Amino acid sequence: MNQPASAYFLEERHDPTETHTLSVLVQNEPGVLARVIGLFSGRGYNIESLTVSETESQKHLSRITIVTTGTPMVIQQIKHQLDRMIPVYRVVDMTLTGSSIERELAMVKVRGGGDHRVEALRLADAFRARVIDATTESFVFEITGNSSKISQFIDLMRPLGLVEVSRTGVAAITRGPEGM
Amino acid sequence: MTDKSHDPNQMTGAAMIVRAFIDHGVQHVFGYPGGAVLPIYDEIFQQSEVEHILVRHEQGAGHAAEGYARSTGRPGVVLVTSGPGATNMVTPLTDALMDSIPLVCITGQVPTHLIGNDAFQECDTVGITRPATKHNWLVRDVNDLARVLHEAFYVATTGRPGPVVVDVPKDVQFATGTYHPPRKSDVHISYTPRVKGDATQIRKAVAMLANAKRPVIYSGGGVINSGPEASQLLRQLVEATGFPITSTLMGLGAYPASGPNWLGMLGMHGTYEANMTMHDCDVMLCVGARFDDRITGRTDAFSPGSKKIHIDIDPSSINKNIRVDVPIIGDAGNVLGDLLQVFKAEARKPDIKAWWQQIAQWRARNSLSYRKNNDIILPQYAIQRLFELTRGKDTYITTEVGQHQMWAAQFFGFEEPHRWMTSGGLGTMGYGLPAAVGVQVAHPDSLVIDIAGDASVQMTIQEMSTAVQFELPIKIFILNNQYMGMVRQWQQLLHGNRLSHSYSEALPDFVKLADAYGCVGLQAHKPADLDGAIKEMISIKRPVLFDCRVAALENCFPMIPSGKAHNEMLLPEEATDEATAKAFSGGKALV
Repeated sequence: MNQPASAYFLEERHDPTETHTLSVLVQNEPGVLARVIGLFSGRGYNIESLTVSETESQKHLSRITIVTTGTPMVIQQIKHQLDRMIPVYRVVDMTLTGSSIERELAMVKVRGGGDHRVEALRLADAFRARVIDATTESFVFEITGNSSKISQFIDLMRPLGLVEVSRTGVAAITRGPEGM
Repeated sequence: MTDKSHDPNQMTGAAMIVRAFIDHGVQHVFGYPGGAVLPIYDEIFQQSEVEHILVRHEQGAGHAAEGYARSTGRPGVVLVTSGPGATNMVTPLTDALMDSIPLVCITGQVPTHLIGNDAFQECDTVGITRPATKHNWLVRDVNDLARVLHEAFYVATTGRPGPVVVDVPKDVQFATGTYHPPRKSDVHISYTPRVKGDATQIRKAVAMLANAKRPVIYSGGGVINSGPEASQLLRQLVEATGFPITSTLMGLGAYPASGPNWLGMLGMHGTYEANMTMHDCDVMLCVGARFDDRITGRTDAFSPGSKKIHIDIDPSSINKNIRVDVPIIGDAGNVLGDLLQVFKAEARKPDIKAWWQQIAQWRARNSLSYRKNNDIILPQYAIQRLFELTRGKDTYITTEVGQHQMWAAQFFGFEEPHRWMTSGGLGTMGYGLPAAVGVQVAHPDSLVIDIAGDASVQMTIQEMSTAVQFELPIKIFILNNQYMGMVRQWQQLLHGNRLSHSYSEALPDFVKLADAYGCVGLQAHKPADLDGAIKEMISIKRPVLFDCRVAALENCFPMIPSGKAHNEMLLPEEATDEATAKAFSGGKALV
């Protein structure tokens, strides 16, 4: 096996990657998000989407939902690395639970007139997007759903005068009566 | 309102820090004063329970605390100021993180109202040290300080040990609050390291070990970190199973080098027998080691035919580099105890005579051999003589990083744990001298030797002044080849012998330098002078700089070339220019 002269083994492995959604329950204290993000950047892991908010204010607990990609070994590493952080209570791989629901919210601004405006409204209706702001030349739609539905909606709006998009990132929860 | 003036638990933040040291049994603190820690230094001045060791550079404090921690099993404690004091600590903190050494570092910070203002000697200490610590805290309220200090000691010393930083702004040091002694509720409830191994996994492991035909035990620093009992249990397990055992750089001393089952260190500069045993084994028991890239060589060709059992306290060490068959999460000592019990109750020593015969053939290759020389001191010979002449003495060895470190690991036999301090994971040149200072503080009557290189030693040589001030008779044994030997070796092997900036020009006269520091300088040029000079060094009850002039171009073998597997080692007698060129297939024209 030829590799350039190096003290390290340089060959990269190209195993197939997977996308996983992780729910991470953390103590809401200063710097906790920086710790989590720093872990990802420092160890070269991917973040596709990140959603954070305090979910139990009395216990000072926040829930972080991370969508990440990697080989199965890397995904396992990410979970272990998160789990060993001091302020992390639990890490649940929502993808492995097999029954999780994922939702994202987006606000989509579209500008235009005439047929484009009518078409945008018609599509918004089909996607169950709500109009949350309107002017004579623009709409802001609010749409909720899984990420692919939102991406599809945004793609359809593009030729109709898409101005900008704000997306929340993915929130996830398991089906059934049990909590994480 | 109640009168709090007589409440003994009412005190300033600065006083709380010293009080917490005392409550955690801290006897020595390594540090350097500065504006943002003056209130703490004022408290230190007014008491006598905690002794402060003044270093000459904060990095020295960090490495000294590491040496202290590793030779005692207790946490090393460091006190430094804000800004440059904190940034100078980043190297030792990272070093301690990589090698799992418990350190508690208190840093001063500018007053809370100035944080973020680019104040004098301000830096974002918690931001900078976040990836260099197991955990860190910025304390903004004096009433949180006691809890955080106790949690810091707990986090540093439990689970997989590591360094922690508590950043304390100066106004918090001055403010008065309520102190409380350590209690359980001080710790995050989310922090629950697992100590006891899963019984089902242990049973599975025992069944595998009992049926092994070609087993090996591969132990690491986790066994040392677990405490002396773990090393005893490891020895008992080797005895009960009759298995061969090898160890990482970090794990030397857990099993005695004189033990009959000892294969020597494994890895890039490990012995041929250790690496071949790893490659050809059918069952591997890894205890407290982490399949580091210096150990495994090519990961896809690493021990291809074996079932692997991995005991580690850190779940993130499992399947990180190498996929294992039976992971057991838990403390090395605890799991070894359970494993040994189950093995003794349910299994018998497997018959592995054929395997030992195979190992004997590998041993016969004598992979650590080197040609003798009567005119020039060979570095391997120097370490061998140092080892022989200190045998039976109460000796601790530290090292810097490079060729001398590998030779020390190969040629100095360690019989006990906690006797060997070296920077394994981070590979920090300049570690050994201050680490020796820390070891000597902890063991004032022992013989503490830093096996050094001429390049490494200059990175922290200012700590000789610390050694002289505190009458710490450390011995700095410099294998002086006037090169950054390991850099030069790689340039020879991989970069067409273009020795780019690896020659130490304008080296100081170490004997005169010793004199300037007020310690003793010795020199040896010839093999015939060596024993006498080493004996003299040992007999001197003051710090010594020993300038051992060794062969300039000696290289460190055996060696697994980069990108190769364990069974493709380059042995010293084979390391002809041609063979080397072939082994380093990517390398260019060679020496």
